Amino acid sequence: MSANSELRIMRGREWSRPVRPARREVLSAVPELEEGRPPLLFVPGFGHGAWAFAEHWLGHAASRGFSAYAVSLRGHGGSEPAPEATLRAYAHDVVQVAASLPRQAVLVGHGAGALVVAHALARYPARGAVLVAPVFGGWGVLGAALRRNPAGTLPAVFGGPLRLNRGQLFSRELPDEEARRYVGRLGRAGRRAQWALLGEPVAEPAVGAPPVLVLGSPDDRVVPASTLTRVARRYGSAPLLFPGMGHDLMLDARWAEPIDAILDWLEKEPAAH
Amino acid sequence: MSTSTDHGRPDPEATSPASNSDGRPVSDRGDTVCVIGAGASGLTAIKNLREHGFGVDCYERETGVGGAWNWRHDRSPVYASTHLISSKPFTQFPDFPMPDSWPDYPHHGQLLSYFERYADHFDLRSHIWFGTEVIRVEPVEGDRWDVTTRSTGGYGPERTARYAAVVIANGHNWSPKLPRYEGLEQFRGEIMHASSYKDPAQLRGKRVLVVGAGNTGCDIAVEAAQQASRCWHSTRRGYWYAPKYVLGRPADQVNDSLLALRVPLRVRQWLYHWTLRLTVGDLTRFGLPKPDHRVYETHPIANSQLVYYVGHGGIGPVPDVARFHPYAVELADGREIDPEVVVFATGYLPRFEFLDASVFGDSAGAGRPTLWLNAFTPGHPTLAVAGLLQPDSGLFTLSHWQTVLFARLLQARRDRPERATAFAQRVRDRAGERYSGPVKDSSRHWFEVGHADYLRAIQSALSELEGK
Ligand SMILES: Cc1cc2nc3c(=O)[nH]c(=O)nc-3n(C[C@H](O)[C@H](O)[C@H](O)COP(=O)(O)OP(=O)(O)OC[C@H]3O[C@@H](n4cnc5c(N)ncnc54)[C@H](O)[C@@H]3O)c2cc1C
Ligand SMILES: NC(=O)c1ccc[n+]([C@@H]2O[C@H](COP(=O)([O-])OP(=O)(O)OC[C@H]3O[C@@H](n4cnc5c(N)ncnc54)[C@H](OP(=O)(O)O)[C@@H]3O)[C@@H](O)[C@H]2O)c1
Repeated sequence: MSANSELRIMRGREWSRPVRPARREVLSAVPELEEGRPPLLFVPGFGHGAWAFAEHWLGHAASRGFSAYAVSLRGHGGSEPAPEATLRAYAHDVVQVAASLPRQAVLVGHGAGALVVAHALARYPARGAVLVAPVFGGWGVLGAALRRNPAGTLPAVFGGPLRLNRGQLFSRELPDEEARRYVGRLGRAGRRAQWALLGEPVAEPAVGAPPVLVLGSPDDRVVPASTLTRVARRYGSAPLLFPGMGHDLMLDARWAEPIDAILDWLEKEPAAH
Repeated sequence: MSTSTDHGRPDPEATSPASNSDGRPVSDRGDTVCVIGAGASGLTAIKNLREHGFGVDCYERETGVGGAWNWRHDRSPVYASTHLISSKPFTQFPDFPMPDSWPDYPHHGQLLSYFERYADHFDLRSHIWFGTEVIRVEPVEGDRWDVTTRSTGGYGPERTARYAAVVIANGHNWSPKLPRYEGLEQFRGEIMHASSYKDPAQLRGKRVLVVGAGNTGCDIAVEAAQQASRCWHSTRRGYWYAPKYVLGRPADQVNDSLLALRVPLRVRQWLYHWTLRLTVGDLTRFGLPKPDHRVYETHPIANSQLVYYVGHGGIGPVPDVARFHPYAVELADGREIDPEVVVFATGYLPRFEFLDASVFGDSAGAGRPTLWLNAFTPGHPTLAVAGLLQPDSGLFTLSHWQTVLFARLLQARRDRPERATAFAQRVRDRAGERYSGPVKDSSRHWFEVGHADYLRAIQSALSELEGK
């Protein structure tokens, strides 16, 4: 995760091999009164779809005056199937949706969606970015997952699906029935993208110097607190912590606290206006 | 992204005690940068300067953004059928992609909507004065600039404002280049420059002569083949007519696959000749002249239809025009033809009327300044030109990076002056550098650039500036 700060201008390979378009699902909630606040684009992590944000966060952001959108990365949720999707294709999906919004957007990525956002930031000058329980890859994350959930994780190493379980994603406060419903909706990322995660893919520097907020839970069983600190330091800050919550902060019982913190930050952060 | 000056439009009444050399009042705009023109290059200049923390005032003589691509503008060179010649990945701004749902080669109307969306997305309009023409740009002490404007059309008073820096993004496809011919004044048919050609209805049922085989001439010849009763296409040399698709992909994407592998020019030329041989074959059998140059040595023509219509007899290739008679046009080979309409698709000339030509090292005033990276002027570290390039690819990626480089140079002047000084020295040493392989000597080729060579040069200028 070294900071590679040089802008990359030449992109011969990307120009000559553009990402193949894929139909995308975008869910949204917009406030009744447009107040000139930047739109938010939520990017779910591997296995999740836009639905994960539609449950609570989109509506809540809209009720506080922010237009809120969530995209399903290709192969997830209601987007087109894409078993061979790469990290580059995911970042492409995010940038495509961000550029289609009426104004410069704030990108909010969760889990491996935060890594996708970090990559998208190199290709789109976001108004700001929020990395929620970021999974930036590497063997450490895999080790943690193998320890907590060997049966659900091992197949992923061989290109099979990654199956996260209730204990990894939610706190005990979340009613069982709800947790089961969410776990039942999980899909899977493309295997190439899953493998890429192991290599700890380094994102290029963000363009447009957006302010970046990192938040998560010290009790997250997917992302260790040390990772939160490391990712936050990379963006020159410290993580905001929500003790007692599981990895899926947008679905867990106390989902309102992190989203309120994000919106408060956006209201205060001068550059994000 | 912090904004040091966040005022939107300048307040024309806020004049400071400063005055210019003729004693007229000058409103001092402090650290604000002036951008001339709100076409693609001007828009990206505003966006990138704002992103680097600078205040910007942009003046645009038309009433909307998009420059050449806004075909409601009087001086827009686009015609109803204009489609891009560079495919999407090479045409879009690098940090604001065109929608996936658009075709490989979008229509000019889509391009306009792209620039309008770019302007709205990044909130650029609040920095633009529309309907305002820049009529003078003069250097003043301290590397600052006095910019004089008035309402387009010459109404209203002149106003002068003083800026920390100026970006000239006035475009180079709006002032027609019209060749002179003996007898042209006596010609009884209709003559027009391609800039006033808008719609194929102008050609319908007529005998049409199209002069020039740039992309404009080729597009118009194709339309004439479909609409006119007869079409002659006059060229003063043979060209390589490149199809828009080869090997199943947009041609420029195939070419860049080779560039990414750093395949040498000679090999690429050979491959190209070979691909053309396999597809359209030898064009001289249609009466087209043999090219007097290798492929890539003239500004590329991307047109899949021209050869097709030549092959169907819809376009009759003819040599250069020798002179005009009242009812006929005499060709270089002595033949006479009798067109009713002559369209001169002979290109455009860059013009910088608001600037004293000597500032630019263009002592002849020919609109051919001597610059480094086609953008930076020796001795004037706070002046930059954006978009004065004729790339073998899309322009907008190039003007994006030009303006990022300029914004970073202005930051360096403030934060690391020794680096800005070293940059200024490089501008003096390297002004006039070229960024293309060999090109045919023609009035249109002095600012031809290869996009890969050019972008690599910008990349190294950036690293030199930032010392990495
Ligand atoms: C038919 C045609 C097709 C083309 N197709 C392509 C293509 O496929 N791909 C590609 O990359 N390029 C293409 N080009 C090249 C084209 O020039 C560029 O795409 C692009 O328009 C250049 O943008 P610009 O902002 O530099 O200049 P312009 O678009 O010309 O904008 C300049 C702006 O400055 C304003 N202005 C000028 N002088 C003043 C003044 N004194 N005061 C205030 N405002 C002023 C003008 O009103 C205008 O709005 C094409 C050109 C033509 C003619
Ligand atoms: N579809 C598109 O996207 C599209 C369409 C049109 C234009 N464009 C772009 O717009 C720019 C301008 O293009 P353009 O075609 O208008 O102009 P251009 O590229 O300058 O071409 C002018 C043509 O006229 C010829 N010519 C010039 N002066 C002449 C003279 N005195 N006598 C005879 N022939 C003469 C030139 O011949 P020489 O070879 O001798 O110079 C050339 O063939 C280019 O960058 C082009 O790529 C893009």
